[in-house]
Amino acid sequence: MNDTATTAASPAAETAPACAVSVKGLVKRYDQVEAVRGIDFEVASGEIFGFLGPNGAGKSTTINMLCTLVRPSDGSARVAGHDVVGERDEVRRNIGLVFQDTTLDGYLSAEQNLRLHAELYGVPRELVAERMRQVMEMVGLWERRDSWVNTFSGGMKRRLEIARGLLHSPRVLFLDEPTVGLDPQTRSSIWRYIRELKAREDITIFLTTHYMDEAEYCDRIAIMDQGRIIVLDTPEALKAEVGKDRVQIETDDDQAAIAVLRERFGIEATVAEGAVTFGVADGGQFVPRLFDDWDPAHPAIRSVSVARPSLDDVFMSHTGTTIRDAESTSTDRMRNVARMMAR
Amino acid sequence: MATEATGTTRAAGGAGAPVSDGNGRTPAPGTPHEIARVRVPTRSARGELRAIKVVWKRELIRFSRDRLRILTSLMQPFLFLFVLGSGLSSLVSASTHGVSFRTFIYPGVLCMAVMFTAMFSAASIVWDREFGFLREMMVAPVRRSSIVLGKCCGGATVAAFQGVIVLAIAGLVHVPYSLGLLAELFALMVLLAFSITAFGMMAAARITQMQSFMAIMQMAIMPMFFISGAMFSVVHLERWLAILNRIDPLTYAVDPMRRAIFAHLHVSAATRHALAPGVTWWGWHVPSLLEAAVVALLGLVMLTVAIFEFGRAE
Repeated sequence: MNDTATTAASPAAETAPACAVSVKGLVKRYDQVEAVRGIDFEVASGEIFGFLGPNGAGKSTTINMLCTLVRPSDGSARVAGHDVVGERDEVRRNIGLVFQDTTLDGYLSAEQNLRLHAELYGVPRELVAERMRQVMEMVGLWERRDSWVNTFSGGMKRRLEIARGLLHSPRVLFLDEPTVGLDPQTRSSIWRYIRELKAREDITIFLTTHYMDEAEYCDRIAIMDQGRIIVLDTPEALKAEVGKDRVQIETDDDQAAIAVLRERFGIEATVAEGAVTFGVADGGQFVPRLFDDWDPAHPAIRSVSVARPSLDDVFMSHTGTTIRDAESTSTDRMRNVARMMAR
Repeated sequence: MATEATGTTRAAGGAGAPVSDGNGRTPAPGTPHEIARVRVPTRSARGELRAIKVVWKRELIRFSRDRLRILTSLMQPFLFLFVLGSGLSSLVSASTHGVSFRTFIYPGVLCMAVMFTAMFSAASIVWDREFGFLREMMVAPVRRSSIVLGKCCGGATVAAFQGVIVLAIAGLVHVPYSLGLLAELFALMVLLAFSITAFGMMAAARITQMQSFMAIMQMAIMPMFFISGAMFSVVHLERWLAILNRIDPLTYAVDPMRRAIFAHLHVSAATRHALAPGVTWWGWHVPSLLEAAVVALLGLVMLTVAIFEFGRAE
């Protein structure tokens, strides 16, 4: 253990950092396997930043390095202005953590769990009660504060963990797969808390997920695969990069409609999912134009639907595989890693 | 609003304990008035003490919740004391010089009660790891040593409490309730409890599965108990057993307890010499205080190893 390393704190770090997280050339090697292969990125203060990728892409390893649980093999990272290796305690004091697996003490009440946390983090006694009420009310568990955590459902436990992670007013809250294994309703309520949180507190949220739809809630996302960041941008920009919206029209005569689209609009369409399907740069603007130029003589259009490109399309366009396919191969990869490490 | 509150706190914390912060967090030279933010000092002795306390307190809360554990861990010592002790007393009465066999094995049973509780306390860190709570403690901005120390103190307290229950029934086996004696026994008990918890923590740093941990602890504790002389006198032993007995750390906890008890019994010097002769090293009588020091030293060594091991684990 290297607890004494905190002396290296530079005075420059004392000023409020513009970036909550800044990572340069971060690498984690386990024997011969590189779980994280040199990544660089910055997260601005107040941002909701998401790491998206299949299981085994290196997301959790990265998070563990950022929250000082795993020592990087190479490169450097600063969280809340502090180096994750040299100023471990400063980093820890400024971050909140919610892991994939619960880290609550099931034999203590919700309140006792939070109180214990407050004392470990040195939250001043006179503020504990008020702060505790605040975070518990936020996640809707104030009424259950005296219940044993073991009597809580999975979703309640996750909410309590989020509350606990916030208790010491961290600057950066790390959420490792915050909604994995929860039912859709609980998932959406967790997201409501996260968004509420961002509005209420001056906090940066760093999360990992392998749910495409959740990544959409982030201000920016980094798509990670096989230990590398493939692309990093806002969800909108990433999707715009894929380019085309998907337009589907139902007509009386699909073949005739396809011919019209080719002649009049220069669009190659096909029939997919029982409708004439094609891609255009901006579906919303295209549809009015379509109707303006559509003769009554042409086959009648019965319905139109426009779909924005999803992050699935983004992942696909960068890796040539869907996230689900990547997941199964990377699970195999991780299994091999585990096997090697066990030797 | 909340962050503001913490901001003030940070100021309060920074002003409250700046001396104990060994890192000398002062504003950058040349800009004495530009202190942008004041935060809780990185590390303070007070913070570490608080961490030790909170981990210790958690052990107590969990123990007090577990009434069944309090009862079951008393079961074994009572079985030894009253069933085995009474059953064997007629058989061994010829050689106990009129002293009840139960009185004779009482210090050993006291040690046993303490050992088993301490072992279970140490086992809780294996559960903590399994159920994730260990992680919550490991990522807190406190030294790992504080957490290990808190755990050891918690285990020692819980075990000592268990010992006190056994101590309370001293009268039933004709051990006098003398304040001096009780204090001495209690002190030795706490020492033993601490050392055994440290031993368990040391093992728990490496052994991450509950089944293996329990198996290993049983494997260590039972021989330690039987070899220690908890059930027999340490003189006139066969050579191999005598050697093992002197190596067994528990010997140095049982022996001073037994000597303290016999010092308070109204028995002849010959009886005392036969039943509580004291441990010898190559014929030299080891004083009680040195025996206690052996237990304490072993405990500290194991605690150090445990702290090192937990600190190393990523």
